[in-house]
Amino acid sequence: MTSATTKAIGSSHRRGDAKLFVGGRGTYIDDVAMPGVLHVAFLRSPHAHASIVAIRTADADALPGVVRVVTAADLAPLCKGWQTSQTYPGYVLRTQYPLATDRVVFVGQAVVAVVAESRALAEDAVELVEIDWELLPPACDLEGAMAPDAARAHPDLAGNLAYQAEVGDPENRALFDEAACVVEAAFRFNRQTVMPMETRGVVASYLPGDGSLSVYQSHTAPHQLRSLYATHLGLDEGRIRVICPHVGGSFGAKIHLYSDEVATVAISRLIGRPVKYIADRMEALLADIHAREQIVTAKLALDEEGRFVAWRAETRLAMGAFSTHPGSSVQEADEAVRLAMAPYRVRHVGGRLEVVFQNKNIVGQYRGVGHPIAAAIGEHLIEKAAAAMGFDPVALRLANYVADDAYPVKTRTGIDLDALSHQACLRRLGEIIDIPALRAENERLRGEGIHRGFGIACFIERTATNAPSNAHIRKATAQDGITLSVDPSGAVRCAISVTDQGQGTHTVVAQVIADELGVPFDRVRIVSGDSQATPYGSGVRASRGTAVGGELALHASRELRAVILEAAAQLLQTVAERLSMTDGMIAPADSEQGNGISLADLAEIVHFKPQLLPRGAQVSLSLSRHLGHDWPALVPTNGVQASLVEVDVRTGAVRLLRHWAVDDFGTIVNPLLVAEQVRGGIAQGIGQALFEELVYDAGGQVQNASLADYLVPLASDLPDMVIDHVETPWPHSVLGAKGAGEAGTTGAVGAVLNAVNDAIRPLGASITELPMTPERMLAALNRL
Amino acid sequence: MSGIHTIKFRLNGRAVAKHVEPRTSAADMIRHESGLTGTHVGCEHGVCGACSIVLDGAVVRGCLVFAVQLDGAEVETIEGASDSGRIAALQAAFVDRNALQCGFCTPGMLLTAAELLSREPNPSREKIREALSGNICRCTGYEAIVDAVAAAAKVKR
Repeated sequence: MTSATTKAIGSSHRRGDAKLFVGGRGTYIDDVAMPGVLHVAFLRSPHAHASIVAIRTADADALPGVVRVVTAADLAPLCKGWQTSQTYPGYVLRTQYPLATDRVVFVGQAVVAVVAESRALAEDAVELVEIDWELLPPACDLEGAMAPDAARAHPDLAGNLAYQAEVGDPENRALFDEAACVVEAAFRFNRQTVMPMETRGVVASYLPGDGSLSVYQSHTAPHQLRSLYATHLGLDEGRIRVICPHVGGSFGAKIHLYSDEVATVAISRLIGRPVKYIADRMEALLADIHAREQIVTAKLALDEEGRFVAWRAETRLAMGAFSTHPGSSVQEADEAVRLAMAPYRVRHVGGRLEVVFQNKNIVGQYRGVGHPIAAAIGEHLIEKAAAAMGFDPVALRLANYVADDAYPVKTRTGIDLDALSHQACLRRLGEIIDIPALRAENERLRGEGIHRGFGIACFIERTATNAPSNAHIRKATAQDGITLSVDPSGAVRCAISVTDQGQGTHTVVAQVIADELGVPFDRVRIVSGDSQATPYGSGVRASRGTAVGGELALHASRELRAVILEAAAQLLQTVAERLSMTDGMIAPADSEQGNGISLADLAEIVHFKPQLLPRGAQVSLSLSRHLGHDWPALVPTNGVQASLVEVDVRTGAVRLLRHWAVDDFGTIVNPLLVAEQVRGGIAQGIGQALFEELVYDAGGQVQNASLADYLVPLASDLPDMVIDHVETPWPHSVLGAKGAGEAGTTGAVGAVLNAVNDAIRPLGASITELPMTPERMLAALNRL
Repeated sequence: MSGIHTIKFRLNGRAVAKHVEPRTSAADMIRHESGLTGTHVGCEHGVCGACSIVLDGAVVRGCLVFAVQLDGAEVETIEGASDSGRIAALQAAFVDRNALQCGFCTPGMLLTAAELLSREPNPSREKIREALSGNICRCTGYEAIVDAVAAAAKVKR
């Protein structure tokens, strides 16, 4: 009998797919081959806002190798357009179509599609399409968006305001007027994008013979796509199969549905042939979701003892020309206002959000969705208050936290929180870093003209969206499903609705199954990303892979284990309660050798020699289970990050020296994978803080749509990062895991913002516009 | 952009002949004509490094080299480097350290790291970061990659 082995849960199992990837043997969307596939290229709008007067396609159509030139008129009978699935009361929406109809509303919007024998030929033909435009005034100014004479992003809008909401307590000026100290700031978070290394892509094949549609797409949610394509193209959902092959990064970019993707699928329906579209990098920078662009004002009132009395934040989000689909653009602003100061006891918390139309690309749901901004504005003002009142910023936080033992609580903005550990995380950070010594060293170096800063940001991240939660998105956030089967060899097959884009969902799910079923980790194989092979579910979004997929696997494994032990008990002439299974060996729990049976032997009997089992109900070594949350909201997580930076006051350059994170993800199934999720997330948060900005000019032209000009963090830009944990298991699930995918990004922005301000505060300077580029730093230092 | 050229070169140790348009990039030809899809196309303007190949012993961007320029050359892709075992220590270290997530940048990272270790068997972390700064990874934050390269260097020594 196998000796008791280490539990898989809690072990740093290596990923099986990593062994493929290091040999270049992944299958990404552009690697999907299909006989007779044709290639699609798009003519994209060069204007931010213009009417389409005429489209001339004859020259393009005549080019040898071109199969079809497609305009909106060709697709109109196939697709009636769509609006976001995530609606809010009063949310003004405009309908999107696969291709622009009579007007373009942002630079990069798809207008004409050319289908040709090769991508190069399709691009040649795009060059031959002529369009007569009538330019319209573009609405690109965020500050002036609501002015009465402001240009409107769509001519039929009464104004550019798409949505507004008051959140939490109404404004109470007296609380600020009478407070011992009020700190306030105006922030600007500039527009950025997601930039997964693999661009988006689709291979679609509609077969007119039987009306079936197969779609391969670089995406995280195949069932969502299947439902949306059925809805938008009027097809029978039962005849659609969506497969997501290896995905070269998503971070939110590939949870949405884009007009060029619908156009590609619609074109296959139109011409009855397989077609492929792969976005190039310029298209990705122009038309993948953009993120974050908000202007925020916030203020915090404190009493003499430093207790937080009142908080108010107002934000305006530059949504772009449409709301993202199926998840909405509003969430970025809504989460930013609702989550700010959520870690703290504050008597009065309120805010306002405005979401405005602009003639720019669409802002969607990028890693963290609003939470990085919530953390940055709250934590910045806390450190500013500490400096103003002479408090230690760590002590100020500890004095105002919601105590770890006080949960569950509901915030004044209506968010349900439970099982958080701000106190424990900050104390743990204090054990890892000797903060007073570090501050003293910074002080000493300041005397030598070296400007170092240390900053902290704590945060809450809401994770693991699921069906009945209050963040429900139609056709996107569904109950999840799993099918577990034991093959005759004893191998365990798992088909599950959560997916893997490299974060390690498959590995984590296999670890849970290995432990809960009692089989070796290597005997478990996971299938996901195929709507035909897996039960329905939401795929991956909002850090849900482990919290939802792991929990689902746990329950299914326990049920299948009971079936296995019951069957084994009949063969071994005992009762199931006396048996257990470890490492694929079933034996009496209290027993001597030889009385057991291996899972492989049992499975062989069940599949091939069922006559050896008693007559009656057949043993079924396969079962399916489904799970929707039965807790009220998303699963909250918390953490704290710290950053040490050095500012070169002559050049404005910020050098990152060290970064720390202490997170509470509840039960950690795979420490290695979690740590690397955090590091990768921090890198993206640092990108937002220091590097990443898509620059639009006043006319709505993107100034830097190349990777030479849109700066993402490089290996030489980033510091080493110390990652640690506090584990407060989620009390509303058995596994106890919380989402870990976005916390790194959420905490890093505020930590770096605070570190930079700590460095320049003694110079009388401050900065609240991100990214903190050298130019902005020099302006803040009054050295431009 | 017209006219088809015939080129002959060695690809992963085997002689090959291809008929290519002058405008076809080396990366596109390797992917779509030779079926070696481990050479990933990330930006097509020479910044991201995902399409790195080894051309006559030097790591170059497959998107910035035209296929016709490969005529007479010795070309190695991630598949060749993998099959020959020449980067096995790095590959093992990458898997062990989880120095990759989505895997899209990984072939370019490995070829670049191997080139670094061939000229500098004992690089500092700063040196490793510098050497890899022409290869963008969006998943890892690079630290695991730096660790893996350092670990592979140790194994090789």
